Amino acid sequence: MTTDRPLPTAPVPDQEDHVDAPQPEHERPARRATDSEPDHAFGAPPAVRASGVSKTFGSRRSQVSALSEVDLTVAAGEFVALIGPSGCGKSTLMRLVADLETPSSGSLEVFGKPAARARADQDYGIAFQQAGLLPWRTVAANIALPLELHGAPRAERKQRVAELVELVGLGDFARSRPDQLSGGMQQRVAIARSLAERPRLLLMDEPFGALDEMTRERMQAELARISVETGAAVVFVTHSIPEAVFLADRVVVMSARPGRITDEIVTGIGRDVVRDEHLREDPAFFRKVTEVREALHAGPVSAAGAHER
Amino acid sequence: MSATAQTTAAPGLTAARPSRVAGALAGLSVLRAAVLGVLGLLAVAGAWEGYKALAPEDGVVIGDSRVLPRTTDLAMPHVWDMLQRLGEPVSSLRGAAPLWQVVADAVLVSLKVAAAGWVAGTAIGLLLALLMARLRIAEWGLLPWIVLSQTVPLIAFAPMVRSWGSRIEIGGWEWPPWMSVALIASYLAFFPVAVGALRGLQSTDRVHTELMHSYDAGWWATMRRVRMPAAVPHLLPALRLGAAGAVVGTVVAEVSIVYPDGIGRMLVTFAGQASGDPEKAWAPIFGAIVLGLVAGGFIALLGLLLRTYRRGEAP
Ligand SMILES: Nc1ncnc2c1ncn2[C@@H]1O[C@H](COP(=O)(O)OP(=O)(O)OP(=O)(O)O)[C@@H](O)[C@H]1O
Ligand SMILES: [Mg+2]
Repeated sequence: MTTDRPLPTAPVPDQEDHVDAPQPEHERPARRATDSEPDHAFGAPPAVRASGVSKTFGSRRSQVSALSEVDLTVAAGEFVALIGPSGCGKSTLMRLVADLETPSSGSLEVFGKPAARARADQDYGIAFQQAGLLPWRTVAANIALPLELHGAPRAERKQRVAELVELVGLGDFARSRPDQLSGGMQQRVAIARSLAERPRLLLMDEPFGALDEMTRERMQAELARISVETGAAVVFVTHSIPEAVFLADRVVVMSARPGRITDEIVTGIGRDVVRDEHLREDPAFFRKVTEVREALHAGPVSAAGAHER
Repeated sequence: MSATAQTTAAPGLTAARPSRVAGALAGLSVLRAAVLGVLGLLAVAGAWEGYKALAPEDGVVIGDSRVLPRTTDLAMPHVWDMLQRLGEPVSSLRGAAPLWQVVADAVLVSLKVAAAGWVAGTAIGLLLALLMARLRIAEWGLLPWIVLSQTVPLIAFAPMVRSWGSRIEIGGWEWPPWMSVALIASYLAFFPVAVGALRGLQSTDRVHTELMHSYDAGWWATMRRVRMPAAVPHLLPALRLGAAGAVVGTVVAEVSIVYPDGIGRMLVTFAGQASGDPEKAWAPIFGAIVLGLVAGGFIALLGLLLRTYRRGEAP
């Protein structure tokens, strides 16, 4: 969807602080660009390559087939949204990529490596469906956790945390504890934490599920911007069709029992298109939303419609 | 995202000084606990005197057994007499120290022994819990023995512990009797700590361990950053039980080992003089109560220090 209207290059009011807020974020793309160049070159390994991946849970007596024969490739720097009814295996797929589960069959590679290796190399950042913050740590200390674990120097840690706290709009809460935050604020901390080490691949499981509509739209715009600036590939699970279309290069539609991919819709919105209010009102955007909705309803599961937003 | 920061600024006003608010609340709750404690003491004293005034002199006897105690001054001295006795010299010898001071000294001695036992028992309990959390095999192999160990009444063997100890001599150093008492105290203290800490270390949220796994964090990093802090809410009651065990173990072991300096032995000696000096026999009982209160207060303080680790994540 390359729209006819001129792309807004001037920052929109609500995003104007992007220009000055996290400076180092702007230094980053320079490095990333050279970094990721080989990724776009011919033959570079994709961020995720799953072929014939199945996952069954449970013992021999009571088996649950969570995923069946899933083929999915996510190119480096690509933004892929996963959408589908509850229980169709979206989280399971993400957990397989994160090496938190192992596939029952099929092969799975992350940046051309086995998933376990990619995890050891810290190639991805993950935000779970629950925020999963450590309740005894402050917001800042929660965000600092991965940096701390991987031995980032104190000064660097402090600076990075300050950037991230601002990025997710929690500047006033850096010293609060998770139980003093709302669910949505906790989720934002988890997102900041997943970004801390500037991973090449972001795995996000319904990260905006607990946010109010306004914050949600703002976070969507932020995430879109971050993914462009860092050149990171994103696998993004959501239940919201407009959210999927708004953010993604490609929307992967799944169906349940057994969980499998039933359709893929390329949104055609370029990475370089600024995700803002104009895009949300674009007729081409609506056409894609409709297309995804129809793909979702075409699935054999009757409950599919109940999970849209 | 300053706009977001602005929209969330309002709740920020209430959450702005959480630590100070929490501190004030903690102070309030300490004050309330103190007031309640004093009221409780007064109530007990009132009940004591009330019973003494109202019940028959000879208590209540049904058949051959006395179900309620005598109220004579010999069996139940007046509260004020007992308090007054505390201020008088311990014996009629010239230059004898006041009773309260003698009791306080004995309490201090027992407190030190109990503390040594508690520290040793806690350390052993924590190490065992760590070992069991590290190795499934260790849990299978050790836990039944740990549970079984508590069915052996070590206190019954106290005199033997003492005689084993007295045979230990390394260089010029001899095993002092107080260490036998501390050993028995630690034996009672380690059990709840080992079991409670293990339970705590195993209670970590799965999402937290998975997060650490995703960071490729090792066993020890996960232990230190997630599992140990998460174990604190389980650990505190265990430490409290351990402290109670250490105090009881100390008092009882002092009696059976015949360790003369502590409150336990004093309980027995003064009880023997009760026919001539009934108020005096109650002094070490008060001392033992103070000992228990100090131990409980210490754990409460520990809980206050560790309160950061006792927060739940808001749903
Ligand atoms: N650890 C597990 N043990 C057994 N079954 C599991 C396990 N994890 C997931 N499942 C099953 O696998 C299926 C897919 O679960 P999954 O969490 O991936 O769904 P989902 O698409 O993320 O759903 P939702 O949108 O509600 O989060 C479900 O039927 C679930 O019951
Ligand atoms: Mg899920």
